[in-house]
Amino acid sequence: MGRELRLLAGDIRRVAAKDLRIEWRARTTLGQVVPFALLVLVLFGFALNANRPTLELATPGLLWMTVLFATVVAVQRSVAVESADGAGRMLLLSGMAPAAAFLGKASAVAVQLLVVAAVLLPGVVLLYGAGIESLPLAVVTSLAATAGLAAAGSLLGAVVAGVRAHQTVLPILLLPVVAPVLIAATRAFEDALGTAAVNGWSWVGLLAGFTAANVALGCVAHGPLMEDA
Amino acid sequence: MSAVRLEGAVVLLGRFPALAGADLAVDSGEVVLVRGSNGAGKSTLLHLCAGLLALSEGQGEVLGCDLGADRAAVRRRVGLLGHDTALYGELSAAENLDLWARASRVDASGVPTSLTRLGVPERLWAVPSAQLSAGQRRRVALAAIVVRRPELWLLDEPHAGLDSEGRELVSGLMTEAAAAGAAVVLASHETGPAAVLATRTVTMAGGTVSTGGA
Repeated sequence: MGRELRLLAGDIRRVAAKDLRIEWRARTTLGQVVPFALLVLVLFGFALNANRPTLELATPGLLWMTVLFATVVAVQRSVAVESADGAGRMLLLSGMAPAAAFLGKASAVAVQLLVVAAVLLPGVVLLYGAGIESLPLAVVTSLAATAGLAAAGSLLGAVVAGVRAHQTVLPILLLPVVAPVLIAATRAFEDALGTAAVNGWSWVGLLAGFTAANVALGCVAHGPLMEDA
Repeated sequence: MSAVRLEGAVVLLGRFPALAGADLAVDSGEVVLVRGSNGAGKSTLLHLCAGLLALSEGQGEVLGCDLGADRAAVRRRVGLLGHDTALYGELSAAENLDLWARASRVDASGVPTSLTRLGVPERLWAVPSAQLSAGQRRRVALAAIVVRRPELWLLDEPHAGLDSEGRELVSGLMTEAAAAGAAVVLASHETGPAAVLATRTVTMAGGTVSTGGA
């Protein structure tokens, strides 16, 4: 059992490292997703007429809506990496546990989303004049929310991998599914940024539950989904 | 020892029977050439033997594994070269092979030897695979099979896209693999180098093995 877990952990690390190395070289996250996310923040500011009180109130929602858009791009890229030149066949023929492939890919997406969130947080402080009242809550919320988005995104990415129009189908499926993350992360951030009197930690609990459910579902479903892709 | 045994194998791609009752027997140490026109079912046959496609009807056993019961069990023991290279374009040749070896639980120290064996110059080992020529990518894909030392080699048009030196290398590899006790099944349109290597030739048409299957 211990040896099996060590092998599983090794495979998860290998797949995550592979995807992150590919992303680092392709510069999709740093070169495209992060600038896109910052641009969205600026455009939201224009749309709300640079009204600072309104922006401060809307900051948590705008921030997580932007991370949601970044999730779509990151997951699409994660799917594309496996479909190009039949590369995903390598994972299948290696005999690796499908759960390891799922957790590795989801971990890589989560790391990219954390980078995006880490850039956006100072972004909203600078652009919208938001203040951070509870940094621990903001950090834990970011970790839980990005993990949930990555797990749900990677699961749905595997669902649409075999679909010809997967680039357009993915957002249609993903956005409603991750709506609970948007709501919970926004509420928790309202507490962390002090824009509303809510108990942010209880919303973090919801995020953790969402993440756990999607991780469990992904570990079980990824095998059959890989076969069909 | 039997490496592949298919009896009335049917594989459906959607509703289309890409294999429509194929019979094939291949023993260890054999090099079997599968010939047939486009759409005859050659690639489907190789993917079935690799455990990548489900058997809809009939019987199938590869390296002692029942394809109907657990086709995933055979995957780690076969090497498949398809029309695509199954390489990650942003990773170098050495990184692809290292990942491939470690994920397959084989010794990754054999990566340099495999690349050298396939004639991939050392200066190209660190170059992203997407930047290599089509022929070099094909060689790297073959090196990925060599590093895993499979018991069953499944090669789809293995000589395609290679120069004459590369073709000789591939032919040599197949002969060596068979001599070492592995079974080799290669699908090819070509009658040239593939036919010379083969110890037996079978012909496919319309999703069935029409001649020489058993």
